[in-house]
Amino acid sequence: MKPAAFDYVRADSVAHAVQALAAAGDEAKIIAGGQSLLPMMNFRLVKPSVLVDINHIAGLAEVRERGGRLVLGALVRHRITASDPLIRRHIPVLSAAMKHVAHLTVRNRGTFCGSICHADPAAEMPMLALLLNAEIHIASPRGERGVPAADFFVGSLATALVHDELVTEIEIDTLPAGTGWGFEEFARRHGDYALAAVAVTLQRRNGVAVDVRIAVMGVGEMAIRLHAVERVLEGSDLADARLDQAVALLRSEIEPNSDLNASADFRRHLAGGLARRALSDAWGRAKEQIAP
Amino acid sequence: MSENPKVTVTVNGVAHTRTVEPRLLLSDFLRGEIGLTGTHVGCEQGVCGACTILLDGRSARACLTFAVQADGAEIETIEGQGSIQQLGRIQQAFRDHHALQCGFCTPGFVMVITDILRHHDVETDAEIREALSGNLCRCTGYEHIVNAVRELVRERGKLPS
Repeated sequence: MKPAAFDYVRADSVAHAVQALAAAGDEAKIIAGGQSLLPMMNFRLVKPSVLVDINHIAGLAEVRERGGRLVLGALVRHRITASDPLIRRHIPVLSAAMKHVAHLTVRNRGTFCGSICHADPAAEMPMLALLLNAEIHIASPRGERGVPAADFFVGSLATALVHDELVTEIEIDTLPAGTGWGFEEFARRHGDYALAAVAVTLQRRNGVAVDVRIAVMGVGEMAIRLHAVERVLEGSDLADARLDQAVALLRSEIEPNSDLNASADFRRHLAGGLARRALSDAWGRAKEQIAP
Repeated sequence: MSENPKVTVTVNGVAHTRTVEPRLLLSDFLRGEIGLTGTHVGCEQGVCGACTILLDGRSARACLTFAVQADGAEIETIEGQGSIQQLGRIQQAFRDHHALQCGFCTPGFVMVITDILRHHDVETDAEIREALSGNLCRCTGYEHIVNAVRELVRERGKLPS
């Protein structure tokens, strides 16, 4: 229950951090909030030889608007994501989801970017990154690159990051006024990892749903967007028959695991039920827009 | 391995300087190096909340923080809340409401409640329970802890916005 020994580097800039990562070969880890990393280090499931602390790098703790999207720096804590007025106004589905993220004390430390780097298949942030068409900004000694969320997550606890790369910020969609949203999650205890969760956004234009987005987590190796389900609902009025069709398709598209908390069949059933609720909530919240 | 770093941490207003191994957890630093054993260590994986302290004014798991990360930080622990002769306000409410039995989880609860009272506009019992949900107690069934916090948040009133 004590971590293995490591060297500690307190990085004072992004350049310093990525140099330290590169110098350590593939044996370094970055620490931001550390709320997932420390338990793994305490159990010695992870034994980095170098720990690069990014908590003192200036300018990474802000939420700001850029080109109609929101940018969250690598040190934006869950507490800030949950209460930030820009996020509340432009992405209410994200504010609402934060209630399900761990507990008050963990939210004080844990970060949005840290959670996507950890890429737990039952965590909220990867699912929301997919829902909000996130672009992940990455620095390394070779410069900077951007990776869309769809290409960032590659498996359970696995991402497209290589050993000397640092996520500096994540850029996410804001949603037009009147966007309907739904977020449904079921966990054994509040704040625990979910057995399943579903996030939905849609617009309601001339009586039908457009720009329908649906993402799920907890029901496979990683969070996923369900584009086939989105296509079934696009242009529909979400009548019962169409919802039935969408839920049936969702259940066939996912491949949940069985574990001691729930069977694969139960998770498949649960995800369908949560999706139906989230879709109905989104439809109910969406403001009708008349477009020519 | 490089030489061990020297860190200076202010705990309940008193600065302490020590040379530490980077892997030393803040919980072990407080207990073993500083001798403040009021911060309890339960699970060492961030689940139980017994080691909750305040780090620069916000609650944090001492078992999920390295002491070296706290260099230059202000830490508050249960020892800063009051004494046996002069209980702190939260401690007094726990006593009045019988909110502890064995007491193992109590320091963590008192510290997270400090964060709640300073920063969080909780009001209803549901909000109080949600705010306390990261701390486990195996004795009380939580009822009396919620009773104590209910009194404390009523007494505090609304936070200035």
